[in-house]
Amino acid sequence: MLNFLARRLLIAAMTCVMISILTFVIIRLPPGDFVDAYIANLAASGSTVTAEQATALRREYGLDRSVFVQYGLWISRVVRGDFGISMMWRRPVTEVIGDRLWLTMVVSFSALFLTWMIALPIGIYSAVRQYSIGDYAATLLGFIGLAIPNFLLALILMYAGFRYFGLAIGGLFSAEYAEAPWSWARAWDLAKHVPLPACVLALAGTAQLIRIMRANLLDELRKPYVVTARAKGISERRLLLKYPVRAALNPFASAVAYLFPYLVSGSIVVSLVLGLPTVGPLLLQALVAQDMYLAGSIVLLLGLLTVIGTLVSDLLLMWIEPRIRLEGRG
Amino acid sequence: MSQKSNSAGNGVGHAAGSEDRYAEATQLQLTWWRFKKHKLALLSLWIVAFFYLIAIFADVLAINDPQATDARRSYIPPQGIHLFDDGNFRPHVNGLKGTRDLKTFKLAYTPDPAKKLPVRLFARGYSYHLFGLIPTDIHVLGVEGGEAVDGLFLLGTDQLGRDLYSRLVVATRISLSIGLAGVGLSLLLGILLGGLSGLYGGIVDTVIQRVIEMVRSIPTIPLWMGLAAALPNTWSVTQVYFAITLIISLFGWTELARVVRGRFLALREEDFVIAAELAGASQLRIIFRHMLPSFASHVIAATSLALPAMIISETSLSFLGLGLRAPAISWGILLQDAQNVQVLAGAPWLLLAAVPVILVILAFNFLGDGLRDAADPYG
Amino acid sequence: MAEQPAQSAPCLLSVRDLVVDFRLDQGTIRAVENISLDLFAGRVLGVVGESGCGKSITARAILGIIDRPGRIVSGRVLLDPGTTRQLDLATLSNDSRELRSVRGGRIGLIFQEPMTALSNHYTVGNQIMEAVRAHKPKMTKPEARAKAVTLLGEVGIPNPDGRIDAYPFQLSGGLRQRVGIAMALAGDPDILIADEPTTALDVTTQAQILLLLRHLQRDKKIALMLITHDMGVIAQMADEVAVMYLGRVVEKAPVEHLFAAPRHPYTRALLRSVPNIHAKPRERLASIGGAVPHPARRPSGCSFHPRCPEVIAGRCAETEPAPVPAGADGAACFHAELTP
Repeated sequence: MLNFLARRLLIAAMTCVMISILTFVIIRLPPGDFVDAYIANLAASGSTVTAEQATALRREYGLDRSVFVQYGLWISRVVRGDFGISMMWRRPVTEVIGDRLWLTMVVSFSALFLTWMIALPIGIYSAVRQYSIGDYAATLLGFIGLAIPNFLLALILMYAGFRYFGLAIGGLFSAEYAEAPWSWARAWDLAKHVPLPACVLALAGTAQLIRIMRANLLDELRKPYVVTARAKGISERRLLLKYPVRAALNPFASAVAYLFPYLVSGSIVVSLVLGLPTVGPLLLQALVAQDMYLAGSIVLLLGLLTVIGTLVSDLLLMWIEPRIRLEGRG
Repeated sequence: MSQKSNSAGNGVGHAAGSEDRYAEATQLQLTWWRFKKHKLALLSLWIVAFFYLIAIFADVLAINDPQATDARRSYIPPQGIHLFDDGNFRPHVNGLKGTRDLKTFKLAYTPDPAKKLPVRLFARGYSYHLFGLIPTDIHVLGVEGGEAVDGLFLLGTDQLGRDLYSRLVVATRISLSIGLAGVGLSLLLGILLGGLSGLYGGIVDTVIQRVIEMVRSIPTIPLWMGLAAALPNTWSVTQVYFAITLIISLFGWTELARVVRGRFLALREEDFVIAAELAGASQLRIIFRHMLPSFASHVIAATSLALPAMIISETSLSFLGLGLRAPAISWGILLQDAQNVQVLAGAPWLLLAAVPVILVILAFNFLGDGLRDAADPYG
Repeated sequence: MAEQPAQSAPCLLSVRDLVVDFRLDQGTIRAVENISLDLFAGRVLGVVGESGCGKSITARAILGIIDRPGRIVSGRVLLDPGTTRQLDLATLSNDSRELRSVRGGRIGLIFQEPMTALSNHYTVGNQIMEAVRAHKPKMTKPEARAKAVTLLGEVGIPNPDGRIDAYPFQLSGGLRQRVGIAMALAGDPDILIADEPTTALDVTTQAQILLLLRHLQRDKKIALMLITHDMGVIAQMADEVAVMYLGRVVEKAPVEHLFAAPRHPYTRALLRSVPNIHAKPRERLASIGGAVPHPARRPSGCSFHPRCPEVIAGRCAETEPAPVPAGADGAACFHAELTP
């Protein structure tokens, strides 16, 4: 188990480093450096910066040193929680991002949860009642989910809501709670708004997971231990849940682990369409305005949180699989 | 136990002639024969082929110049063709009368039954270069004597008065080719790294496997967005096109590499590969003469399953305004116009751009599924 | 009907004219045709035949656990035949409470593959206790655990107190098979069906497991139906033998008669394919010519005739010999009819 744990942690750490390097590349990609952009930004609002001040600024941020030193300086600031200053908002990046990061995770996790809740029973049903009408319906739903990119689904839902119900679908809060401080009422308001974007996000993943669950369970149902359990005289429903479903849960759980990054990715685009106050719209604005510290920080934070999410689901997998748990002991 | 021997026995009973045919067939031929039995996959193949034909002959099929703007024909709803005129077969469209609503300042169009514009086959329209080479102005469909508001707009127009049908047809060119190009690059990376991984194993395999795991655990869209946004504004359409292709292929290669590696690992243990090794065949000869043909069908299947993801990627990026930029036309760019509910409420036909996206993705998925089943009937 | 073996021992299970079909897209395959068998308390019925002859399907049909698309078409499976408690298992629905109480309760099943017949997700103890509590719902968990430890001890597993918390993947094949036997004994059955219990094990372990089965069966007066393709196992274990070919019983006889005077050419062929200690050095072991035909393409007449060395021209291929009568010994062969 320790072996597995160490391996996972190492991979997670290396992934974090890789993400930080990619983020740094993104921050540095636009022509000119932070100070150039800063000066241009100040100039736009009427103030000017002298050449000496510019040089001083460059020295302060280490921009006159080599790329590697710059990366080192940047990452050491990031580790201390200083993500730099947003050009667009003229405020520290952490302040600008605020709740949005957590809301992104709330939406993504809800989608993950929903994916599980929908895919598990439908997958079991499809496998146990193979070639039934319900099975075909699930397969059809699966293919539809696969074929409609989630931003298109969001678009279609929004149009349908507007056209046929006169509803403005979107957002995560009602107007009265949008800017309000956190309270139980606000959290409840959030809970009421999350299901729709979560559903939109979940559809594609659900389709995929239903297929995975169905295929695995069909495999497991043919295994001899199912017959053993049957020969013990246990009822069909009980043995089904205890043995083959349990065994089929493994690939299912690991599928969830690599689904999570997709959900986070998807939430960015869906947020834009549905106008959710997640980091999605902020990221797009920042990128368009070349507010690179803000954009880079969002990319970095999303990446890190995803790695943590994936790690958690990996540990979950380890917990439910005795073979991995007892590795090196048996 | 007996059940298994039953199902294994089902494959017996071919006529003697067809058994010879099966014995002599190559792996790819066998795959193709099995594939033909999947009706849905076969239909999907036709759909995919149909869309690629549209892409090749896009300009011929377009009716109006996809770039031509005209404020006088903003948001014209889709128009039908009248086939008969006074009982005679004389296909035509009615001219339109545009009146501005004084409250909303929107243009409303009413057909003018008196104005009949005959629809012609192989009519002359805007000029273009067929296959990028032959200058011509022949189009499959066209109307005679149209001006400004009067024309054939099968799927309506957008805000700038551009013909949605023609734009959709022309957009297939970029949307489908960028998918192919992206998959091509991914395939190259995937085969190279997956092959190295599967062939050499050991430390090389471990490193490549870890890299794949890492890439898979990164949320790709924010990264693409970052990379795509960093492309200089001054770049031409072609430069952006290639840059975007590169970006989307950077993250799509992992699945292909996984498939290739798995195949290599399985094949390395196969008797015919060991036999070839013992016979003294060179490494390259073994790979290209013995191994590649036997997993080509798997790679084709994985490729056709990877294509829809590429197409979605491009569409998403362009939809966000970070991918291709006007004057390029792709499905994502067309959908960008449909982002706003207010706009959609007034011009719902703009959502029609979603139809080819969904159709092509669905077709590629069925095609890939069928190919995978055919390539590996027992896997 | 000459010699009914062990008149004193009560008959616990009678299978009469059992027919099992598999309905596939390509057509219906008859996997088991008119099988009749009897199991007596304290005695062992050996069922022998090549792979695919319907042995396992018969065993599963008795318990009502045939996989789809197989199903019992006709015939009876009588528990306690001739008594007031007589129950026809074939009439019960597969997931019914009554049939489930028989499965693992009155009748225990031992499997062929010790590596896959147990789930790797639960401890051995969990899986045995489940079987114990399935038939004694009032039993508490500690009681069930104590019973499981006793069972593990009974099947000869060393350190049962510790092994009860082991996962199957931590045990060797022989130990797993012992766990399988303990599980089959969990409901205190008086009938055991062992489906090739030693096929997947190495020779030494095989002998140990057979010995264990023999002891358990004798001590508990269990009626054992032992399915195997190994004539050696039959000779060692069985009291009566049923020889099966293509879903039918072709010969039935007490074990000593079968080995001394086999009446069906197929039985003779099976016996010839067993290594003999008296064989001359370098003598080739006889094998049966050809392969078992696919059940969907059953030969006409006597289904063994294409492979039979003693085929009677113009007769075996056209007409079917009379089947072995239910509840009696005999052979379904024209040769056997000529010399009764």
